[in-house]
Amino acid sequence: MPAREGTYGLLAEFDTPGDLVRAAQQARQDGWRRMDCYTPYPVEEAAEAIGFHRNRVPLLTLIGGLMGLTAMFLGETWISVWAYPLNIAGRPLYSWPAFIVPAYEWTILFAGLSAAFGMFALNGLPALYHPLFNAPNFRDGATTDKFFLCLEALDPKFDLVEAKAYLETFQPNSVVEVEY
Amino acid sequence: MATKEVKPDPQWTDPATGEYRVIGLGQTFRSITEKISRIVLTPETPLGWFAFFGIAGAGATLLLVAVTWLFLKGVGIWAITQPVAWGFAIINFVWWIGIGHAGTLISAILLLFKQGWRNSISRFAEAMTIFAVVCAGMFPLIHIGRPWLGYWMLPIPLTMNVWPQFRSPLLWDVFAVSTYATISVVFWYVGMVPDFGTFRDRAKSKFGQYIYGILSLGWRGSARHWMRYETASLLLSGLATPLVLSVHTVISFDFAVAVLPGWHTTIFPPYFVAGAIYSGFAMVLTLAIPLRKFYHLENLVTERHIDNMGKVMLATGFIVAYGYGMEVFMAWYSASHWESFMMWNRMFGPMGWSYWVLIACNIAIPLTTLWSRKLRTNIAFMFCISLVVNTGMWFERFVIIVTSLYRDFLPSAWGTYRATKWDYMTFIGTLGLFTTLFLLFVRFLPMIPMNEIRMLLPGAKIGPRPTSKAAAEKAGD
Repeated sequence: MPAREGTYGLLAEFDTPGDLVRAAQQARQDGWRRMDCYTPYPVEEAAEAIGFHRNRVPLLTLIGGLMGLTAMFLGETWISVWAYPLNIAGRPLYSWPAFIVPAYEWTILFAGLSAAFGMFALNGLPALYHPLFNAPNFRDGATTDKFFLCLEALDPKFDLVEAKAYLETFQPNSVVEVEY
Repeated sequence: MATKEVKPDPQWTDPATGEYRVIGLGQTFRSITEKISRIVLTPETPLGWFAFFGIAGAGATLLLVAVTWLFLKGVGIWAITQPVAWGFAIINFVWWIGIGHAGTLISAILLLFKQGWRNSISRFAEAMTIFAVVCAGMFPLIHIGRPWLGYWMLPIPLTMNVWPQFRSPLLWDVFAVSTYATISVVFWYVGMVPDFGTFRDRAKSKFGQYIYGILSLGWRGSARHWMRYETASLLLSGLATPLVLSVHTVISFDFAVAVLPGWHTTIFPPYFVAGAIYSGFAMVLTLAIPLRKFYHLENLVTERHIDNMGKVMLATGFIVAYGYGMEVFMAWYSASHWESFMMWNRMFGPMGWSYWVLIACNIAIPLTTLWSRKLRTNIAFMFCISLVVNTGMWFERFVIIVTSLYRDFLPSAWGTYRATKWDYMTFIGTLGLFTTLFLLFVRFLPMIPMNEIRMLLPGAKIGPRPTSKAAAEKAGD
């Protein structure tokens, strides 16, 4: 990402999740799109308020699981039938019921790894630096007990003075400008 | 269950619902964050921690000695021989992995059932799972005699052009246990990421900020991130649930697929899984009770947790009791000479004492006393019962392995089993290793998931538009 300069956005701090959710809902109604909420624990209503619905983690998990299943089952079949056929008490080489167990385990393994790493990738993590960490009140609050609404400068409606006045109408604890 | 005769202490009940509180009164987002992060972020380590660490470290050293000697001399230093070729190593393997199962049950299955009370204990139950799997996974590896050839078990292209045999439950074990270990670690780590973020922001030392900053991956609590995170957690739980059931099932196949009386039975999978959860909850209690006392976490790990764990133990204990009963019944009903001799020999043979220890520890003592709420909320009693059940479950594995093997079909092939000092040292050593890892976890990682606890607080409820002042006060205290 090229180095940016200037304002990242305006960050309003609230004491309760309720205040944050109401502010975010109002902002969305008023046409704000480039915004995000920051909370110390998952607040489902906040994600709804900013209009976040498309969650692709389940799809990634499904794809991962199917890949694990296919890879292991085909691998077992190839090994047992072609690569290293073993005659175990005259049983058929393609003894698929016995192949189910490792294939089942790998379905879960790949699905689980896809869920976890897919989630991090979709979230753009790891990202050790973020402009929000520059806000003086963010690091003490966002992971402890404060609830933040950030209106980002990339929103076409964004104007530093107007947005600040707009955020003040929600009676937050503070509104601070966040620099890149 | 008869809960009505005991009047709950009003301090511990929620006036709105009349239910037992999961979290003590008067906790706020900040107070619980401080309480939990202080344990880790303080520069001073309590002296008691060092004392425990010293003892546990000595145990772990014992393991190092035992395993070193084993690698030098071979498995002949253990008591395993014909007819008992699976001795302590496999007993300990099954026991340890069973203990791990409760961690996954608490973190995954109870999450799916929306049991909010699990939040306080889920993290260290998961840690327990991982450390138990570490101890368990070691045993098959050192048991194979030539551990440096352990990689032969993996389906990887080797110059010898030899591939594993996929029809064997022993190979299924490789996949079940390795998947279980991997998914448990991933689940554990994903759960800790937001808490690492909290530590990063609260650490005073530069070093702590760096380390927890890297571990947190830059977590900043964005609502979009949280939603994906919640979905991933839910999916991981949904995946861990069939996984945990499959792991002990596959382990029971190691026995059940053999044609040996005492092993060759279809009840093994459910009975192994129930036994695993039974012993695992006992181990959670063994760890949680001293921990909450030592770190003053009585407000977070409350009597309700202890009580609920007692109930789970009661339920799984009865499934185990049913398993024992069915084994005896089938020994008679099968009309097989070998089956009924095995059961007679198990109960009254030269090693019959071990069967009665098992019955006393797993059935007689816990399943008669855990009915009483008074006893279930008696912390000292629950600690003792957890040790009793752990012992009982260890003996269950001893009974299954040794008493099924030592007198098989031909009397001329009969033998006995008496563990050597190396067997004991290895076992005690894994207890030491487990405790060492657990103590390190308690000292350096968030042992209670702060982000999940916050959701349980009254301040986390989003009311129907109260005045912001009243809401602020409500969240403040």
